[in-house]
Amino acid sequence: MKYEIVIGLETHVELNTKSKIFCSCGGHSSAKEANDCVCPACCGMPGMLPVMNKRVVELAATAGLMLNCNINKYSTFDKKNYYYPDLPCAYQITQLNHPICTNGHITIKTKDTEREIRIKQIHMEEDAGKLVHEGNFSYVDFNRTSVPLIEIVTQPDFRSADEVLTYLRKLKSMFQSSGISECETGAMRCDINISVRPEGSSEYGVRTEVKNMSSFELIEKAINYEAQRHIDAIEYETEELIQETRRFDEATGKTFAMRNKETEADYRYFPDPNLMPIVIDDAWLEKIKANKPIILDERENLYREVGIGEKEIAMLLSNHVLMKLLDDTVQAGADLKTASSWILTDLIGLLKRKNIALTADTIAPAKLARIIELVAKSVITRATGKKLLDVVVEKDVDPDEYRIANKLDMQQDSGLLENAVRKVLQENETMVAEYKAGKEKVFQALIGATMKELKGKAEPSAVVEALRKALLR
Amino acid sequence: MEYYVQKIKENGKIAVDDLILIKDVPSYGGSKILEGFHSLFTAEVVERLEKAGYPVSGTTPVGEFGLDLVGEFSYGHTQKGKLYGAAAELVKKGEVEFALGVDMNGAPRRAAALSGIEFLKPTYGTVSRYGIISCAASGEQIGVYASNAETIAKAMKIIAGHDEKDGTSLPDMTYDYSTTEAVSGKKVALITELLEKADDDVKKQVQKVVADLEKKGVKVEKISFVNCQTACIAWQILMAAETCNNISRYDGVKFGFRAEKYKDIDELYVNSRTEGFNLLTKTMILYGSDVLSKKRYKDCYEKSLRARRLIAEQLNALFEQYAAVIAPVCSTLSFTDYDVKDAFTKVYNEMVFTAMANLTGIPSLTKGAVQFMAKPFGESTLLSLARVSEKEDK
Ligand SMILES: [Zn+2]
Repeated sequence: MKYEIVIGLETHVELNTKSKIFCSCGGHSSAKEANDCVCPACCGMPGMLPVMNKRVVELAATAGLMLNCNINKYSTFDKKNYYYPDLPCAYQITQLNHPICTNGHITIKTKDTEREIRIKQIHMEEDAGKLVHEGNFSYVDFNRTSVPLIEIVTQPDFRSADEVLTYLRKLKSMFQSSGISECETGAMRCDINISVRPEGSSEYGVRTEVKNMSSFELIEKAINYEAQRHIDAIEYETEELIQETRRFDEATGKTFAMRNKETEADYRYFPDPNLMPIVIDDAWLEKIKANKPIILDERENLYREVGIGEKEIAMLLSNHVLMKLLDDTVQAGADLKTASSWILTDLIGLLKRKNIALTADTIAPAKLARIIELVAKSVITRATGKKLLDVVVEKDVDPDEYRIANKLDMQQDSGLLENAVRKVLQENETMVAEYKAGKEKVFQALIGATMKELKGKAEPSAVVEALRKALLR
Repeated sequence: MEYYVQKIKENGKIAVDDLILIKDVPSYGGSKILEGFHSLFTAEVVERLEKAGYPVSGTTPVGEFGLDLVGEFSYGHTQKGKLYGAAAELVKKGEVEFALGVDMNGAPRRAAALSGIEFLKPTYGTVSRYGIISCAASGEQIGVYASNAETIAKAMKIIAGHDEKDGTSLPDMTYDYSTTEAVSGKKVALITELLEKADDDVKKQVQKVVADLEKKGVKVEKISFVNCQTACIAWQILMAAETCNNISRYDGVKFGFRAEKYKDIDELYVNSRTEGFNLLTKTMILYGSDVLSKKRYKDCYEKSLRARRLIAEQLNALFEQYAAVIAPVCSTLSFTDYDVKDAFTKVYNEMVFTAMANLTGIPSLTKGAVQFMAKPFGESTLLSLARVSEKEDK
């Protein structure tokens, strides 16, 4: 029999804020020692009260907008009770009944399928600390306690590990490019709800949950293992499937059931009386909307519209540094399609040859835009442009200074232009002297004189180039 | 009796109960589980008072987390014989000008009654709760013990006002603590259900206050308010749930008391909490866990939230007709020491008098055994009524 895998995801994403969700501690990710980034509030001392960090609300709402959710005007926090030494108050503040975002959707494309994944809700919550075990002792580190998270809960809409990974990559790229989250290792964690059913069936099978997965590679392994375990159980009656929570063991590549004690807990949720409901009024929502970054789907359409190839689009969408560089280069005046080809072909090729990783500092977008312009205007040849790109990446030189100093410009077949320039400069010695003394204004007059000499039969940009070059001598 | 848990200054002017934290001063909150704990910061109210020239002379014993009648089961300060509240007694003796207490189950109001002084539990949200060992966040509030309304008003003007460190602190507005509102012609309601629950000593005090007020032209009418019992049940449920949750952080892992013997983390929790809490607190924890459990949440917790809204609406309607409500604040003025096994029931029985104010957040001022309640922010009415009655005492 053929089986269909049904998967729903709960994804926790750490938000990129200056301080924690309910206190002013900041910089936990750069803390050097355990408990460097704590205060009485986030280590559970009596007397401290939670004070909401507004930035968390804005980032959560922005994530909701990017995932086409309703942003609820009214949302509340609840306390979830359980004992664990890394949870200083013995409760976690989260949103159960009135989350900030609900009912969204996102479209994902794999090589075989295109599917809309429904987002059930996005809620805000605080992270827990961590335990460090050494020999017979265990230590508690509260640096991560109260770090703001959002949890994105999907409906059971995925049908393969490939779809799950595509979704996660898309989320990651979206959140990184918009500054919602840095999505570093461990800052994005998933609980995977999985069941299988005979193909064509509309009923769900027994569901198990694989908790706390962060590596994409392991997520794929866990899904494939768990799905096969379910299929074997149904097909060959190898075991009886029960609804339970499991963990994935990296060493064996298998999942195993967690102790029942951990899974059957009654968390005794109740509304947190210390936090007033969060009310997002129209003015605030408008402000959040105004700052909303371009949504990936919109970008994808834009790329396709200007004729960028599918393979290149996929490359861009999966790498927010690339996308940002393209954005900024276009912002600096370059044409979108031309810039994409420069970045994806020339720059990437160059970096590969030199074995350099692409970062935000690889090349200044304005310099890249200038190189593209120089080629487009036939000041330099395409081949020279590539060489210039190489030098700019290597030494961060100014493209204009460098090409002029190194005489990279095309041998213009125009003795006419050069003669005209020479004549104008000879006839206007005063102006030349003034220009060299720093009086920039006279440059315009020199352009005018040259154009007149050429009776207007010249590219203004070429005239400017010729004049600049001549004046530098 | 011992009046101080920790004496701080010889020439201090005020006392605060041991649920109010002061930097570097040991704070037990009346419980063994906080043995050795001292706060890293000072409560907002104490900061404000010190700035205004009222240094704290010391902290006074409270029952474990303020859960008992008046502080009889305070760790290391268990009382024998007739019961009193330590802070209230200090005020009565004139050793401090006024004192602060946290009113969650009415304990400070009861203590004021036993010592024959006054205590104001202000409107919820007017005084910062930053820096108190918190149990029932939705109804607890810091209030003032003093021998007269004038002094209470003076203290309130210093401690009330917005504090950004407390999310439940109301946005800045000015509060009226005048003690000289005209009372003549005002209508006041006396709740008969509560009067009937009090003994003769308490009834006599109520009758005296009623007579005082009538002499000054106040019209006192007896009314029935059957939901005072519902208020008590609802507040008991909410208070227990919130307390159970808030004190779950005292687990022996981070600070305070830790049991000497344990094999693993579960035993560390269980043994530390078994040895660290008294029976009243443990009962409250079990009760609170139960009302929050999946099987009871809807019938207990959610219903209590509904009762809170309903009773607040009924009181609002009542305050359309009456400037204030009068009722006894306790059933008797002579509590004596008793077995901790009986504490849960005993406190519950007394909370019928005090719960309405904690549940709905309205202000309540008790003068001796008689409490006055008004609509939110109606403190000046309460202070003025109390002052009129004070004048008749002389
Ligand atoms: Zn902190």
